[in-house]
Amino acid sequence: MNLAIKKVPLYVIALILLVFTGYPFLYMISTSLKSRTEFFEKPYSLFSSFTLENFKSVFEMGLSRYFLNSILVSVIAVVAVMLIAALASYPLSRMKFKLNRVVFLLFIAGMMLPIHATLIPVFKLSQSMGLYDTVWALLGPYIASSLPISIFILTQFMQEIPASLEEAAKIDGCSHFGIFWRVILPMLTPALMTVLIYNFIHLWNEFIFALVLISSPENMTLPLGLQDFKGEFSVNIPGLMAALTLASLPILVVYLFSQEKVVKGLAGGAVKE
Amino acid sequence: METQLKGVRTANTAVQPAVRPKRKSVNKFVTISLFLAPAIIVYVFYVLYPIFSTLLYSFYKWDGVGAGTYVGLQNYVNLLKDNVFWTSLTNNTWVILTSIFVQIPLGLIMALMLLAPIRGIRLFSGVYFFPFLISTVAVGLLWVLMLDPLNGIINRLVSVFGFENVEWLSQSHTAMFAVLLVIVWQFSPFYMILFKAAIVGIPEELYEAAEIDGANAFTKFFRITLPLLMPTIVSSSILAIVGSLKAFDIFYVMTGGGPNHGTELLGTYMFKQAFVNFNMGYASAIAFVMFFLAMIVTILIQALDFYRKKKGAYA
Repeated sequence: MNLAIKKVPLYVIALILLVFTGYPFLYMISTSLKSRTEFFEKPYSLFSSFTLENFKSVFEMGLSRYFLNSILVSVIAVVAVMLIAALASYPLSRMKFKLNRVVFLLFIAGMMLPIHATLIPVFKLSQSMGLYDTVWALLGPYIASSLPISIFILTQFMQEIPASLEEAAKIDGCSHFGIFWRVILPMLTPALMTVLIYNFIHLWNEFIFALVLISSPENMTLPLGLQDFKGEFSVNIPGLMAALTLASLPILVVYLFSQEKVVKGLAGGAVKE
Repeated sequence: METQLKGVRTANTAVQPAVRPKRKSVNKFVTISLFLAPAIIVYVFYVLYPIFSTLLYSFYKWDGVGAGTYVGLQNYVNLLKDNVFWTSLTNNTWVILTSIFVQIPLGLIMALMLLAPIRGIRLFSGVYFFPFLISTVAVGLLWVLMLDPLNGIINRLVSVFGFENVEWLSQSHTAMFAVLLVIVWQFSPFYMILFKAAIVGIPEELYEAAEIDGANAFTKFFRITLPLLMPTIVSSSILAIVGSLKAFDIFYVMTGGGPNHGTELLGTYMFKQAFVNFNMGYASAIAFVMFFLAMIVTILIQALDFYRKKKGAYA
């Protein structure tokens, strides 16, 4: 009994934090299920009605286009980053050469870089390459800005792989590329998983490059499209909430199914085990 | 014939040692270059060269079309006289301070709750992390509605304390407060994860030993947990400082830097100068200041780390 009373403050704090972190999501989802008139009558009621009208109108306004653009860009960029970063991490973590440290630090320093310092030149570049206002304009900046953290995660992991494996392959006559493909890459799966999750979520949510490099609605990614919706939905708040719910859904679903992996992935290189 | 061939072969092997190291090092150079090439090309093209260009542009008065006029350091001189620049810098500092003194402690509290002897941990840990998952744009739009003067839940909440119809985002000081609150909401879960991993790593024996010595929960926390978490607190602070310098999305979505530059940041101001006013040269100067500040912070941290390690080596 005494012990149970002692725990009351703990439960109170835990519940306050639960409401603080979770309530906005309940509000978002429950508002998205209300009709407009109901929202004005009872703006605070939770799950008082369940209409899918808003979701329908959101799709009619072109949300699916934003979805497709976001999927296209994030998937291509993430796959490219995984491959390019893994290739670069191999010599950086497992071969001795003069500029190793310099090249490594140059990449890693990118994690500290404010994107703004590259914004205007990247904008000019995409204009001069004729990519401005296409989804393809985003690929280069997305891959480049994801490289530092990815190389950081992968080199850390690769250093742990014992050299004996590599030497055995070398004796069998494997070239460095052979070793990379057949020995290193298969062992890299957990680290690549981290890289995949971290970059996918970040690129899925990326805003500023999209804001600068894309102007027509049909080429917008989800975050930019949502921002664009804001104007059109200023009087239709349940509609806007439906759009927000849909945009957040894929990541929330992935999270519910593999919570631990997502948490570990999002913590990136910051959590070592 | 056969002896001749043999002779050639031995001659060849005799020469080889002189040639081989060179050829081998050329081979090695080619291999390394091939592995690094894709990453370096993309990185130079989209990161390193643009930084250099930004520096260059910052010496020009340029509207983004055609050629600009070289003005030397004029953009930087103007920047130092620009009140909005100083407001932005102050606001960036507020973001840094909030991150370090509110987000990190809150993250620590959340981590402690996840390891507390209570039921329902799975639910708590699942939900606590939600805010960090969704896009900043979605977070911003959601909170703008929750802060709405008429229909927002926040005003309903504060009306209990006698505040009526606060127009959160239309006045400078309340707007800054409101956005900082949202930043805390969004990023505390990230620090929670870092702290949780660090606390789990603390050996159980330390606590057992302390218990035998009669230590209570508070003593254990302040004498064992907190000191051992110091490295995590330091690295979290670094992430917070660097992240706060880059802050943009949430302010752009929620306030656009307004009202009247009240929530302007270096990031939002640079964006406005570049892509709204088309003062590309001036914007480049702001961007380069951001880069410079991030570089200084990074170098300082590296130097401190180096110094600490060196001291550690002698101890």
